[in-house]
Amino acid sequence: MGLIEKINQENLRKDLPKGLRPGDSVRVHCRIREGDKDRIQIFEGIVLQIHRGSVGASFTVRKSSYGVGVERVFPLHSPSIDRLEIVSKGRVRRARLTYLRKLSGKAARIESERNITSDVVVEEAAASA
Amino acid sequence: MFGLLGKKAGMTQIFSTDGEMIPVSVIQLGACQVVSKKTKKKHGYSAIQLGFLPVKEKKLSKAELGKFKKNNLSNYKLLREFRLEENFPLAEGAQVTANVFQVGDMVNVRGLTKGRGFQGVMKRHGKHGGPASHGSDFHRRPGSIGMRTQPGRVNKNMKMPGHMGDETVTIRNLEIVGVRVEDQAILVKGAVPGSRGSMVEIYLPDPKLAQREAFKVS
Repeated sequence: MGLIEKINQENLRKDLPKGLRPGDSVRVHCRIREGDKDRIQIFEGIVLQIHRGSVGASFTVRKSSYGVGVERVFPLHSPSIDRLEIVSKGRVRRARLTYLRKLSGKAARIESERNITSDVVVEEAAASA
Repeated sequence: MFGLLGKKAGMTQIFSTDGEMIPVSVIQLGACQVVSKKTKKKHGYSAIQLGFLPVKEKKLSKAELGKFKKNNLSNYKLLREFRLEENFPLAEGAQVTANVFQVGDMVNVRGLTKGRGFQGVMKRHGKHGGPASHGSDFHRRPGSIGMRTQPGRVNKNMKMPGHMGDETVTIRNLEIVGVRVEDQAILVKGAVPGSRGSMVEIYLPDPKLAQREAFKVS
């Protein structure tokens, strides 16, 4: 393994939930610095796209806040993410859900995929057993 | 100024403790063995000479080998000198490790930039060129290069197209954000000259350097 690769591996976070996909609903608990204190803010929305690639990986979350669409890009491996929760898996057929930006209300919903969710639960149960 | 030789391993990103992303260059330090010491008395100036890139014996000439044989050192392809006070605590044959560097040190890094060939004035000097559209016939050209019959010539140092890159450049005041003693490598904030694998000189301008723990051992 090259030196760069080795450094990257050390900087990756291993505590994040596996199998994050576009279309999933997530709750991102992010640390916010206020003076010298930390505060945790939750950003909840749908994952629009995932930009892969080692330590530089990031994902975009979109939510509607008082009728205004808000998008935030989080670095996936940043220590400023306290916790990442996958609320539900969504069934989508694209890697980048940019079409959601044009839609609002009922049209912007994503069909949730119950089978996948149960699969994940089963896998996790199997892994811990 | 004290310095070490290293190989630019490449760039990546790391996170600071407050979650900020820092672009870093990874420099793999070379063998960093003191091949010889120059003295004022004998050579007219004082310096240490470091070796870089170990090579097979058959790759060097007898004259080159003699230098290494004399002190029972391994053979090196490249040698570089760093001007230092004569009483600096490094003997011939001494091995320098990455722990001479401390996180937070400011270093200067010198290297040979990537050759870019013959380049125009926009890439080479950052001139703005002309409009791309609206019937403009003036795209990437330098514009006027002077006045008229007075002075009747082009001023010296006029920025014109020509060869770019492949020159020695020193980047000053780069912060060290990580020292990896086990890998003999350091992480420097920002970019350093050269391609991956090229040699760089890392200068550490600290007047109290000789008092550091790392030199007391060796």
